[in-house]
Amino acid sequence: MYIIVIGGGRVGYYLTKALLAEGHEVLVIEKDAGICEDISEELGSISLRGDGCEVATLSEAGTERADMLIAVTGEDEDNLVACQLSKHKFNVPRTIARIRNPQNETLFKMLGIDVTISSTNVILEHIEQELPTHPLTHLLTVEDSQQELVEVKIPAEAATIGKAIRELSVPPETKLTLIIREGGESLFPTPNAILQAGDRIIALTTHTTESLLRYALIGA
Amino acid sequence: MARLLDADGHQVTVLDTDAYSFRRLRFPGLGSDFKGTALVGNGIDQEALKRAGIEGTDVFFALTQGDNRNIMASQIAKHIFQVPRVICRIYDPLRQEMYSTLGLEAISPTAIFAQMLKDKLKS
Repeated sequence: MYIIVIGGGRVGYYLTKALLAEGHEVLVIEKDAGICEDISEELGSISLRGDGCEVATLSEAGTERADMLIAVTGEDEDNLVACQLSKHKFNVPRTIARIRNPQNETLFKMLGIDVTISSTNVILEHIEQELPTHPLTHLLTVEDSQQELVEVKIPAEAATIGKAIRELSVPPETKLTLIIREGGESLFPTPNAILQAGDRIIALTTHTTESLLRYALIGA
Repeated sequence: MARLLDADGHQVTVLDTDAYSFRRLRFPGLGSDFKGTALVGNGIDQEALKRAGIEGTDVFFALTQGDNRNIMASQIAKHIFQVPRVICRIYDPLRQEMYSTLGLEAISPTAIFAQMLKDKLKS
């Protein structure tokens, strides 16, 4: 695949390295001459000095034959414009944008950017998983469906311990998919399955119902 | 722009990341004093735009020095807050042309000024 990366900073550099290792044809577009030189020295002549938001630069990069464009500069507005230009002017089939402000996710989707990755959210999710007191963690967002996979940990003091799944008022938008017991044994959450302390429940839910789900499962 | 519209009796709010810019609203010799609101905030931040009252706005101008900021702010105003009229300054004529075809009311001062100079040469 021919992939264009906009922005040769830390994210752009390591992304490019990984894409090259996978055998793709990659071109990095970077404004800073010094950074371009560093990339050329370390990864070969695969960088183009220029503004990835300018039509002329994108033409020079052969954007019309790119299979994918990934914009990973530190500025949301630059990533947006680079993706929109490549999509509408050069018909690039797939565009991916890095987002700093998680609020921008909706706007980028609305404007036709295929994939958005919010670095802030990714970091938050990882930290969340490491917090022992946090009963609900996000495992995965199911693309284009508003749904997400979450894990709810049943604490020792939960009001629901000893209750069967059918006794809980799980919101209708939610599907419980798996119970993982302490020790690693896993079972399906059938109506008669009994909750135990330390159980981890894997469920498919939506962002708006996740607090209802947490309440149904741990009673708080 | 803000002072012109203010003098015409419109209710005007100026949003800028730097409070120092607001001194221009009080420069003497440019007509009447600015009676509108000046607010510090980032024009591509939806919270800042809400604080500036974008939800009841009739017209939105994006006039920062950065083309991409203006483009993004305008699209937020148009698509998220449904402002009825959005006008955007884009210096780069090629970018201006593309966003015009995407339905943004975009003006390129570079293109207009170049045309003006050319016309002057002819007359």
